[in-house]
Amino acid sequence: MTSIGTGYDLSNSVFSPDGRNFQVEYAVKAVENGGTAVGIRCKDGVVLAVEKIITSKLLKPGANKRIASVDRHVGIVSAGLVPDGRHFVSRARDEASAWRSTYKAPIPTSALANRLGGYVQAYTLYSSVRPFGVTSIVGGWDSEAELAVDGQVGTGPKSGSGGKVEGTPAGGPGLYMIEPSGLYWGYYGAATGKGRQAAKAELEKLDLTSGNLSLLDGVKEAARIIYVAHEDSKDKEFELEMSWISSHEGPTKGRHEEVPKELREEAEKFARRALEGEDEEEEEKGQGEQMEE
Amino acid sequence: MVSSHGVSGMLGEDGIHVDMNHLKSGEVNMAINFKDGVILGADSRTTTGAYIANRVTDKLTQVHDTIWCCRSGSAADTQAVADIVSYHLNMYGVVNDEAPSTQVAASLFQELCYENKDALSAGIIIAGYDPRHGGQVYSIPLGGSLHKQSFAIGGSGSTYIYGYTDAHWKEQMTEQEGIDFVRSALSEAIKWDGSSGGVIRMVVLTNKGAVRHLYLPDNGYTGPGVTN
Amino acid sequence: MDHFPGTWGRPRNDVYGAYDPSYLQTTGPKTHTSSPAVTGTSVIGVKFNGGVVLATDNLASYGSLARFTDVKRLRVFGEKAVVGFGGDVSDMQYIDRLLESIDIRENYSSHGNMLNAKNLHTYLAKVFYKRRSEFNPLWNHVLVAGFDGEGKPFLSSADLLGTTFSAPHLATGFGAHLAVPILRRLFPEETPIEEISREQAVSALKDCLKVLFYRDARSIDKYSIAVITQEGIELKEDEQIEGQSWAFAERIKGYGAQTN
Repeated sequence: MTSIGTGYDLSNSVFSPDGRNFQVEYAVKAVENGGTAVGIRCKDGVVLAVEKIITSKLLKPGANKRIASVDRHVGIVSAGLVPDGRHFVSRARDEASAWRSTYKAPIPTSALANRLGGYVQAYTLYSSVRPFGVTSIVGGWDSEAELAVDGQVGTGPKSGSGGKVEGTPAGGPGLYMIEPSGLYWGYYGAATGKGRQAAKAELEKLDLTSGNLSLLDGVKEAARIIYVAHEDSKDKEFELEMSWISSHEGPTKGRHEEVPKELREEAEKFARRALEGEDEEEEEKGQGEQMEE
Repeated sequence: MVSSHGVSGMLGEDGIHVDMNHLKSGEVNMAINFKDGVILGADSRTTTGAYIANRVTDKLTQVHDTIWCCRSGSAADTQAVADIVSYHLNMYGVVNDEAPSTQVAASLFQELCYENKDALSAGIIIAGYDPRHGGQVYSIPLGGSLHKQSFAIGGSGSTYIYGYTDAHWKEQMTEQEGIDFVRSALSEAIKWDGSSGGVIRMVVLTNKGAVRHLYLPDNGYTGPGVTN
Repeated sequence: MDHFPGTWGRPRNDVYGAYDPSYLQTTGPKTHTSSPAVTGTSVIGVKFNGGVVLATDNLASYGSLARFTDVKRLRVFGEKAVVGFGGDVSDMQYIDRLLESIDIRENYSSHGNMLNAKNLHTYLAKVFYKRRSEFNPLWNHVLVAGFDGEGKPFLSSADLLGTTFSAPHLATGFGAHLAVPILRRLFPEETPIEEISREQAVSALKDCLKVLFYRDARSIDKYSIAVITQEGIELKEDEQIEGQSWAFAERIKGYGAQTN
């Protein structure tokens, strides 16, 4: 059913007779025009990547970041309206800071996603606001190590706390995607934006559910997937922005950081090589056997 | 420890105008780490001046399944604080679908004690057990600072047993050794401190949950032991 | 049924006379912390060629009771700044968390935490001054150590009133009386800090800690020491005061004429 002329799309918070909120659906359209963003939940960390379309040659390369940090251990990347994404990040930072002032500890990624889901959903309820024009991927690492209370003094028993059950599962990677409706799910791999279909197809091939993919391989795959997703808008130049969060033993020590330049360039080289390899294969196969999307 | 907030009038003269700030409890209590978790212990005396308002008080307060606290200072203040923390911990458990850790409980207690330090007369020991962190003991003295300790003692009577506990403390005690340590330390405080007395109550927190103990003065604090 | 909740639970007027509300009233203005409860004693610091050393003992006292003997009062901020806290421990924890939240915020920008010790000191002094102006002071005296904007060693103090002071060597609390004279003798005013080596600075602070342990009744012999250089922070938190001198007590007999 089309919404044109029915009037049910003119105001937010109004249902159409068949139970749709058209303003939310239009927000999804805004997301579908945005640069592709992906997140991969690996066994020892999370990687986020985004395809940044270069809209002007006057923009400084490497500036105008699209992936933001929240607290120390969470990263957020959005596809859609960039200013909406910035406001969303700002809210996430406020939530993380409020959690810290109450509980004197970093907010678990799941709790942050829950609060942000609630926040975004509230923007579908009122006629005075419009829904968020972004779908955001929230990736984080909840400490597997024991954390001291912020500002703690004193240490407890030198021989360790009594009755500790070693190997109690705790912490680990978290990856969530929040849509303009406020809907959010936890994912092994998440993709949004213009190239999401191609990206999702690639993510599904990775066998993420078995939890075997290492963070370093995840970085390479994320780069490759952004390159694959860019194939459909080849005429436009783009820049790859990537960030990662590792375990406490890993390279980022549980913090959300930009992937170092050398590693990113290596991953991009891998991505280009993978694409060229595909092209060659296709040429060998001949024109008639090309895969369709 | 007696604080007056500029109240005028003849307090306590007619037995009706009771200054609530004078209703003190928790004159000696402690919590210790042992091999399998934590043990909390306390006397049972509540006084109004020299009068024993309650001789069988329970100063060991549950704020979550295996997070408990010992209250000392104003009975009204510490009960109010414990009630608020208990509410928040239950909410935490429901909202986050995960039991709160002892650290979370300690943080909530500290926030209340620190931000309201001018209005409160509360010294609280928090002890809790969870499989991930094991047993933990935190102490929040008067100003609202938070201290992680291997064992903590509190209340006015505790000053009499700083030497005893420090000299007899050892890490990784068995449950029986831990109970004996708490019982003998508290009975010394009860012996020397007029504001401490009555029975000794204990709670043992381990992987198996919370178990209450009781020790009575008329048999030299030898029993009955486990009561639940 | 009494329909006036305001009278519930109160003695009956007809039996006991009218209720005197002055019993529940608090007179005078709202009061704030006018005395700290759990406190740390001196903080001492010296600048040397290429950095700063800072030291405190590990005690948090409760009045005269040596209540907590494992309280680390040197708190790290960012990569190259340390704050040494004297005074109230609960306020120290508050400030520590405040600084952590600032560090988190600074790291949101791609260049990371750019605040140096000088910036941090300016900020802390303003926080102290704001709170004292609200008649609700943060009961601390701190030393901030690290580097200034030009990369030169920085050492400065700020107290609960927002007073600031800077010198090549500084001490708070008892240390201001006992450590500063020692440091002034070791490193006279005309000595440029370029002529003071790291080893000299560390050894001077250890000497000061020893004198403070001898003469400050609120100190213990366990201490923390931080050396801040351009390479980073070396923080040791479980040190023991070495080389104490007590054996001469054997020669002290009586208090005057007595010789046995």
